[in-house]
Amino acid sequence: MSMLKDAITSLLGADARFVDGYQEPVRVLFCTVPRDKFVEAARSMKKAYALLAAEWATDETPFGRGYGIFACYRWGSEYLIVKTEAPADDPTFPSLTKKYVPAFRFERQIQSLMGLTPVNHPDTRPWIKFEDWPEDAWPLRKSFDPSQRLARVEGEYRWIKSDGEGVYEIPVGPVHAGIIEPGHFRFQAVGEDVLNLEERLGYVHKGIEKRFESLPWEQGFRLAGRVSGDTTVAHSLGYCMALESLTRCNPPERAHWLRALFLERERIANHLGDIGAICNDAAFAFMLYQMMRLKESLLRTNHRLFGHRFIMDRVVPGGVAVDIDPRGRDEILAELDRLSRDFEKLVVIYEENPSIEDRVRTTGVLKPKTAREICAVGIVARASGMNLDCRIFNPFPPYDQYDRLELDVPVMITGDVHARTWVRVREVRESIRIIRWILENMPAGPISVPVPAAAPDKAGFAAVEGWRGEIIYWLQSGPQGQINRCMVRDPSSVNWLGLEQSIHGNIVPDFPLCNKSFNQSYSGHDL
Amino acid sequence: MIRILRQIFRTGIVTEELPHEVDAEIRATGSRLEEVIRRRFRGSLTIRQVDAGSCNGCELEIHAINNPIYNCERFGIHFTASPRFADMLLVTGPVTHNMEIALRRTYVATPPPKLVVAVGDCGCNGGVFGESYASLGGVQKVIPVDVFVPGCPPTPTALLQGILKAIEG
Repeated sequence: MSMLKDAITSLLGADARFVDGYQEPVRVLFCTVPRDKFVEAARSMKKAYALLAAEWATDETPFGRGYGIFACYRWGSEYLIVKTEAPADDPTFPSLTKKYVPAFRFERQIQSLMGLTPVNHPDTRPWIKFEDWPEDAWPLRKSFDPSQRLARVEGEYRWIKSDGEGVYEIPVGPVHAGIIEPGHFRFQAVGEDVLNLEERLGYVHKGIEKRFESLPWEQGFRLAGRVSGDTTVAHSLGYCMALESLTRCNPPERAHWLRALFLERERIANHLGDIGAICNDAAFAFMLYQMMRLKESLLRTNHRLFGHRFIMDRVVPGGVAVDIDPRGRDEILAELDRLSRDFEKLVVIYEENPSIEDRVRTTGVLKPKTAREICAVGIVARASGMNLDCRIFNPFPPYDQYDRLELDVPVMITGDVHARTWVRVREVRESIRIIRWILENMPAGPISVPVPAAAPDKAGFAAVEGWRGEIIYWLQSGPQGQINRCMVRDPSSVNWLGLEQSIHGNIVPDFPLCNKSFNQSYSGHDL
Repeated sequence: MIRILRQIFRTGIVTEELPHEVDAEIRATGSRLEEVIRRRFRGSLTIRQVDAGSCNGCELEIHAINNPIYNCERFGIHFTASPRFADMLLVTGPVTHNMEIALRRTYVATPPPKLVVAVGDCGCNGGVFGESYASLGGVQKVIPVDVFVPGCPPTPTALLQGILKAIEG
């Protein structure tokens, strides 16, 4: 019994055709609908309170079909992927933007990179593709030669403008003042008050999704590990799990536990860095240096035990590449004791400092209603009242042992900078507890198995809770069993919308603070 | 406030004499860095970091050389917000098609000696992203590079050594 299946069939009847055996894992439902029912399907999902998790397109001409357009909906622990097709000579599809706000950017991206026109989309400006690309350069189409150099053409991006007495514009980026990734922000402001913020991303578009298509399956995890360098474990895990679903490969139990260990270590390291950096952007440098000290010690332990400071390339298809011995276990346990002691002292300082409190409370509020509308995920969603966590709703071992693990998912409702910081604080504590539990209960056994070859024309899906939030990978095999499409949805793809919404009513000097509290990935968004 | 002071005093100075694991080598790097910066840059080397398409991994390690343990400021290394004050550009990423113009402009805005250090495997040759419609395949394809620091990402120690190599000329 599935809520989403009931919802879509009650509205569309036999038009929603559920397909068996095409997509793995089976609990992620998959159905096709006629093109003119695509919006109708979205309407039924909206009525069932489902959220839009991702929307993407595939070029299926190698199979003798046209283009596929996919929308992935989530409700609690259920996922439903709705597919519709567009013939090659009529590359259009009905836009879902009026039903689901995040479709706004997904569809601009589909139009820019796959060349499919979303009909009735309110904004036809390209996204990620810049105005100086040739208009007919659609990299994700099979007919596009990825090795070509793109010519630069004349073009202009139409920014959102505002006018009136005292209204001025502040352009920021792509080369920012700090050591961060490139992106462009344009503020319309009066005095210090921000009227509107418009983001423009795409500067770090490296052609990752296209690149996957030229790689053999067993090498894709390295590229996935570099989609966003700070989330390398979660991204390679997403890729590996999608591939393992597609090939019906079952990694050994111990491999799952080690993956969870890496995932939680990555979460702690990034949260520590973020808490420090948020405080630093409120001129509280003390906290940055203290947190960086703790983070550095974690990274060094990673390097000693697992051979890489960020545990890059250690999650591989079929399992993991590195094991942990009892000495390593003791080392981590001792380190966690030290970390936990120091961290708690710092949390008290954060809590009791009125000048930091003054900056972080009621700043950059993303209202729960807005967070729901943009279908936010991860820390951003949890700080705005949404109880979402793939570790609970879409678990792999050991997270599936709810009654033993008793994972606590922190949810706050204020949606301000403080809430996003505090969700991180509580997650650090929880991750420390989980790591201890993992190390004490980890089963023995092998750490990897070979992955069987992929069958042609199949799809695999995975959702992993990285430290930013839910990461989705969707893989499709081609006619010869090669990679035909690898869709990557980093949490940043939706959460960047939240930053734009949270900045209204704030002052320009608070922008860095708000931005840091979101800390979304540019690279993971631009791909 | 008292808690802050107590924490500061209890933590003490965590800055490492220079990382132990590579001691002999890095000890030499640190003191030579300081010496060369004093001699050739009047005690202050100013760096502008440019992300030209990196995955953010290299940025994390560049942040790390600023943390209290590596503490690059003690050698006179300072990161600046504007290329116009910079002696050196620290460039990461394979240089994307969309960042090419911004990188060129940053280079033009930098006053001599315009030292350029290409950081990371992808800064050196495109790394896993290779050369494609979107990735130009390395910093050298766009601006002249003085020193390459390979690694995915390079460790903080490797970064400091790369910077030293560039200023020793």
